Amino acid sequence: MTTPLLRVERLEARYGPVRVLHGIALNVYEKEIVVVLGANGAGKTTVLRSISGMVETSGLIEIGGESIKKLNPSEIVRRGVAHVPQGRGTFPELTVEENLKVGAFIRNDKDINNDIETCYESYPVLYERKTQAAGSLSGGEQQMLAVSRALMSRPKLLLMDEPSLGLAPQIVEDLFARFVTMNQNQGTTMLIVEQNAQLALDIAGRAYVLESGEITLEGQAEELAKDDAIRRAYLGA
Amino acid sequence: MDLFLQRVFDAITNGSTYALIAVAMVLIFKATTLINFAQGEQAILGAFAVLQLWYWGIPMWGAVIIGMLFSAVLAAGLERVFIRKFDPADHLPLVIITLGLFLVINAIAAIVWRFDPQSFPQLFPSGNAFTYNNVRLTWYSIFAFGSCVLVLVVFQTLLTKTKIGLAFRAVSSNLESSRLSGIKIGPTLQFGWALAAAAGTLGASIYAANPVLQIEPSMMLRALIFSVSAAALGGLDSLWGALIGGLTIGFVQSVVVQYIPFIPNEMSLSAAVVVLLIVLTLRPSGVLGTKAVERV
Repeated sequence: MTTPLLRVERLEARYGPVRVLHGIALNVYEKEIVVVLGANGAGKTTVLRSISGMVETSGLIEIGGESIKKLNPSEIVRRGVAHVPQGRGTFPELTVEENLKVGAFIRNDKDINNDIETCYESYPVLYERKTQAAGSLSGGEQQMLAVSRALMSRPKLLLMDEPSLGLAPQIVEDLFARFVTMNQNQGTTMLIVEQNAQLALDIAGRAYVLESGEITLEGQAEELAKDDAIRRAYLGA
Repeated sequence: MDLFLQRVFDAITNGSTYALIAVAMVLIFKATTLINFAQGEQAILGAFAVLQLWYWGIPMWGAVIIGMLFSAVLAAGLERVFIRKFDPADHLPLVIITLGLFLVINAIAAIVWRFDPQSFPQLFPSGNAFTYNNVRLTWYSIFAFGSCVLVLVVFQTLLTKTKIGLAFRAVSSNLESSRLSGIKIGPTLQFGWALAAAAGTLGASIYAANPVLQIEPSMMLRALIFSVSAAALGGLDSLWGALIGGLTIGFVQSVVVQYIPFIPNEMSLSAAVVVLLIVLTLRPSGVLGTKAVERV
């Protein structure tokens, strides 16, 4: 098998004395959409924050076969990992356009403006509001902006922390459909943590279930969607 | 009428110098929501450095520019050594550190340059630009106000048109997302500290160059209170608010005290603070400050 784009082994993470992750392992291969399901407090956010270098960890985290464990967040972004944090990942006081420019902070090439244009083409609403403060956008628009901001760094791997949180169901569906398009057209690799199992399993190739800091189940998304335990716990069936 | 106009001119003169120190505080507050209490002392140290360079024979404006660079480098060092290792979101240790720096820098200035007031060389042409009956508008007033506006325009441009300026505003808007966008938080804040200190040194030099004042280590104590009030009045996160705040405080200090007979001159300091209280009661985020909006 090929080297995974993201390889995590024996990952443990702690906040002070409290251990949140107890040795988890997961892989994300190029062009995949992988989802991590879990309830509140299972450690989903911590998984992503560990990969981005925002929490202290032990174990192994590799991007394209190279360890990123010793790097700080600003270096990890430069290795091609973009992270859309939970809730508002935008800069509310900055304009929409400035948000996108911050997203391209690590780049120095001439294509930045092209990429901003491309982003406006996919999200015309962002173009209409490019000079408005990001804080004035609706929740769904802010989430689109947060994702676009992350994409501006031209990441190899996009981490998304509960993108559906606090959004109306229709908006979530639209957002997830866009993730699929992005994945199919640009081949963007994504690791999404979610509570909304139904939608997440629909768009994902593979999935992991995280409970109290441990991976309890993993497999093809289609099969997990049929799993009785999952259906009871996350799909309300 | 003459007296009123004269008082207004005085207000502009004082207000501009308060605004220059206030703007330095606003810059740091914007990024960290922290008030740097050592700002005034860093500024006076810078002004003393300017004086020293002038004693050594460097032309006055050259001395000011080197002094600004000196205080920028010093502030960058202070940030690196004393501020960086603390969590920017936890204010108490940082406030205590800036208070400590306030005392230490003040003492250092006193040890090196003594407490005796010394005259500070002129920065601007002397004399009056304009006289009408008994009203005099000095060149000093015009240049003090002009320098303040110039600094604001430069800061504004730097913050909105450059990459480091964008990074600085990103950090002040959302610390976590800035980190996740690859911005190095420490160096970005360090840049803010350096910039603020340079502005402060310019402000203190202009303040000390006022023909009616002399430089001494504690001259900033009084000005600091006016500057903090000015910054708060304008809205702690607004650059132009600092100018409006500075002018308002200057106005209260000279005009209100002149015309309200039961406020003696000695009370001008408290009058400024009373105005601050009134304004903040009516508009808690200051005249031009961003209203705090938090989604729950």
